[in-house]
Amino acid sequence: MSLLSFNLPLAALLPFAAAPLAAWSTRYNRLASAWVAGLTTLLTLAILFPSMQAVFAGETLIQQWSWLPAIGFNIAFRLDGLALLFALLILLIGLLVIFYARYYLSAKDSMGRFYAYMLMFMGSMLGIVLSENLLQLVVFWELTSITSFLLISYWQHRQDARQGARMALAITGAGGLALLGGVLLLGHIVGSYELTQVLASGDLIRGHDLYLPTLLLILLGVFTKSAQFPFHFWLPHAMAAPTPVSAYLHSATMVKAGIFLLARFFPALSGTPEWSWLVGTAGMLTLLIGAYVALFKHDLKGLLAYSTLSHLGLITLLFGFGSQMALVAAIFHIINHATFKGSLFMVAGIIDHESGSRDMRKLNGLFKMMPHTAMLAMIAAAAMAGVPLLNGFLSKEMFFEQAISASDTTLAAWTIPALVTLAAIFSVAYSLRFIHDVFFNGEPIDLPKTPHEPPRFMKIPVDILVVLCLIVGVAPMLLIGPILSVAVAASLQAPAPEFSLAIWHGFNLPLMMSFIALVLGVAVYTVRHRLFAWHDRCLHGIEGKAVFDWLQWKTIRFAKKVTDYFDQTTLQPSVSWVIGGALVLSILTFFQFNSPLFGDRALMEADVITILMALTLIVASLLTVVLHHQRLTSLISIGVVGLVVALGFVKFSAPDLALTQLSVEVVTIVLLLLALFFLPQHTPQERSYIRLSRDGIISISAAVAVFLLTMAVLSREYTSIANFFIENAKPGGGGTNVVNVILVDFRGFDTLGEIVVLALAGLGVFAMLEGLKLAAPAKDVEGLEWSHDPHPPIMQTLTRLLFPLMLMVAVYIFLRGHNLPGGGFIAGLIASVALISQYLANGIDWTNERLRTDMHRVMWLGLLIATGTGVVSMLLSYPFLTSAFTYLNWPVVGKFEVASAIAFDLGVFLVVVGATVMILVELGKLSHAAHFINVEDIK
Amino acid sequence: MEWLIASVISVMTGCGVYLTLRARTFPVVLGLTLLAYAVNVFLFSMGRLQIGIPAVIDPAAAAYTDPLPQALVLTAIVIAFGMTAFLIVLALKARSELGNDHVDGLHRSDDELKATKHNSTKTETERSQS
Repeated sequence: MSLLSFNLPLAALLPFAAAPLAAWSTRYNRLASAWVAGLTTLLTLAILFPSMQAVFAGETLIQQWSWLPAIGFNIAFRLDGLALLFALLILLIGLLVIFYARYYLSAKDSMGRFYAYMLMFMGSMLGIVLSENLLQLVVFWELTSITSFLLISYWQHRQDARQGARMALAITGAGGLALLGGVLLLGHIVGSYELTQVLASGDLIRGHDLYLPTLLLILLGVFTKSAQFPFHFWLPHAMAAPTPVSAYLHSATMVKAGIFLLARFFPALSGTPEWSWLVGTAGMLTLLIGAYVALFKHDLKGLLAYSTLSHLGLITLLFGFGSQMALVAAIFHIINHATFKGSLFMVAGIIDHESGSRDMRKLNGLFKMMPHTAMLAMIAAAAMAGVPLLNGFLSKEMFFEQAISASDTTLAAWTIPALVTLAAIFSVAYSLRFIHDVFFNGEPIDLPKTPHEPPRFMKIPVDILVVLCLIVGVAPMLLIGPILSVAVAASLQAPAPEFSLAIWHGFNLPLMMSFIALVLGVAVYTVRHRLFAWHDRCLHGIEGKAVFDWLQWKTIRFAKKVTDYFDQTTLQPSVSWVIGGALVLSILTFFQFNSPLFGDRALMEADVITILMALTLIVASLLTVVLHHQRLTSLISIGVVGLVVALGFVKFSAPDLALTQLSVEVVTIVLLLLALFFLPQHTPQERSYIRLSRDGIISISAAVAVFLLTMAVLSREYTSIANFFIENAKPGGGGTNVVNVILVDFRGFDTLGEIVVLALAGLGVFAMLEGLKLAAPAKDVEGLEWSHDPHPPIMQTLTRLLFPLMLMVAVYIFLRGHNLPGGGFIAGLIASVALISQYLANGIDWTNERLRTDMHRVMWLGLLIATGTGVVSMLLSYPFLTSAFTYLNWPVVGKFEVASAIAFDLGVFLVVVGATVMILVELGKLSHAAHFINVEDIK
Repeated sequence: MEWLIASVISVMTGCGVYLTLRARTFPVVLGLTLLAYAVNVFLFSMGRLQIGIPAVIDPAAAAYTDPLPQALVLTAIVIAFGMTAFLIVLALKARSELGNDHVDGLHRSDDELKATKHNSTKTETERSQS
């Protein structure tokens, strides 16, 4: 298998694998984690590299493995132009951010944790862009929500970081749910979750009745992730994250995931008025709000956050236009925005790092102190403002052009160009503020530190990004042309339209708009102080966060109310809610069927003995309830119930069950008797008649409902899958006792699970009784002293004589189990009874002296053997727990069948013996100790 | 016969539910045990009632019972035992930690307080404490 057949999943999963390594390596060297992260990123790039040539030739690479074909969930990865473009953005910007963060993080911050989160986030993002299967895409989508939560809350000690992270998680998580819904609908419409099929069925999807709900749900996912209005408010609050995180998540990657999805689903969902209106409106509003608010933010990162919103809105709006050229502009702007905004965030981080403040009212005149950084910031900000010869200018021109051509088709012909120009004016104004207010405009005002240039290497990532802005701005086709062309073709699922990225298109309308924006932008900036005052007076405090907090508070209060109503911190009402709820639900389902309650299957005649037995059982059950205040009596009557049930199994052709029930009954009653010794012998009378009658009603309705249900089933014919087991028991499992063959062979995995549960119950009992000391009551129910002769000699002698015989029976039952009623469970219980009767008759000390086996060991051995038989079959390359059998001729016994299942059954036997004896002996020890205390007291 | 089995299951369920809703741990354990019986018999009866028909392969047999519910119930019986054991020990542990056997860990719940007011007869709990 060559690397090229699985390099895509490898690329997405490698960062996840490296994350623990990054976290662990930091123990030995602080910088090791940065190296791990950087090298992992390079390695991932190298893994993707061999596939790039094919993608540039226009191919779509798909690597898939079937996983859950029944629901269409395959592990499928895809690399086409669009995926490649995003993967390169994620990895290259990621590399720069990793480099930058190594200098940004202070000695107090845990580097290992940071880089581990970072790598996991990178892997999630790669997973999104490389997914072919949509369900798999949603999984990675959710992973980005979780990992970005971890990154935003990286400074866990800061309340704003925790709040911002929670808000981001709540909103993007809710969007993720919506996206899942949308994807499920999409899969329902198309009949497949594979992107190839979905993208090819655009007409089918757009023509389907479910188109609108699908679109709405998917757009909810997109808008929450890409912070589009009205879900935009989480992004500024996520700025509490360390700046490298903001540079990575909030400029280049996470917020672009939504945009990526718009590009991805473009051929499947776009081209309808619904698409244009929903996507276009959200984009336009976000563009305007972001550009406007950015100007009024005094925090450097706040300004950048709102500016990011506005640029995301711009890209969304381009998708809303829906034309092919708009798509070109959108994808082009994605690249440009990642470069200039990434570098601006890094500059903001440097300023914060070196001056200790991000407040533009304090930061002034930094040009003298950090000229290099200032130069970088100026070029990047100019690109953001759309100044010619920089990349931002090119895509902004294309955007204006699209705005003009889109307005031809709508009624208000000038609204769209006018509005986008307005946004551009503010964009120029806030870009200018970023430069002028920080680097010029007088002297710094009481900064915590004296600003100076950062370490040389911290500026390198910014250098690289700014140089890219310049190269793309001057010679766009050189660097961007090829990748843009394949990305657009992949997004359109059609050949890319002819486009030329040129600096000069002649004097035209877009150039006019750029000019207006530049001039008016400068004008707006000069009157900013008056605008600030007006903004503070009129619009201060209008924020999405308030709505979010209010909603959150309301929801929590409502949830608490509901919980308080059901949960009164006492068990009885809770249990009645559970039982009552189950009852109501099951009664309701009766009404779903129109057929008569009872079927017409011929019923059997009842014979006298069975009637008598049933009456005994009913009376015993009722007596258990009536006499439950006298605990010993009720215990005896419940024993009767169990015994009659065992007899019932005999009557109705279930010898295995009868044997099991009989032996379990003995063990259970001994157990309850032992326990009852330490509990009060009477139950106090409850006097709440409301509660008693409520419980009575619940019980009677439960009884009636169960009666009706049972009769409804028993009076109908049915088809059973039993024939399969009966036909295959002998040829397939090598045994004639079908019940046992099912247990140890057909459904061996179930049985394995069950003995594990039993072993855990045994361990749980052991753990709870560890160190427990209970005083034995001095007198019994009648007020009499306990007997001081705990081991009656007749019983002692008899049980010692019987012991070998009982074990013999157990062995016999065990060996014949595969062919006749019996088997590991029953034999185990019989052996337990044999052992327990020794303990009862001869005392714990006497028996322990002779039985020097720790029951823990018996249990573990049993589990080991049972699992071992399964593993052996796996080693022989059969499925887990496949059994084999053969026939041997033993002297005396004759022809004897040996099945591997008998080893499994031996495991079952040992676990049952171990768990049962351990539970009872641990309890017995308790009463032994208590007796001893009492005897001491008396002496 | 079916009526009879249905009645048996229903009585065991009703009694089990009533005891499960009681305020002291021991009746709750008894109630759950009864419920486990009811559930086992109910599951078993899903294979329909058969008298005198084997579940063991035999060339002479004309028909077989449904072995699947039997296999399921067999393990269910053993698991029910494990659950009962765990519960009763939990009850013991609670009694030792909290000093009483009320499901909420109360020494006197409200309705039982009333009982002592109305009834001058002493309950066992008081007797053992005095």
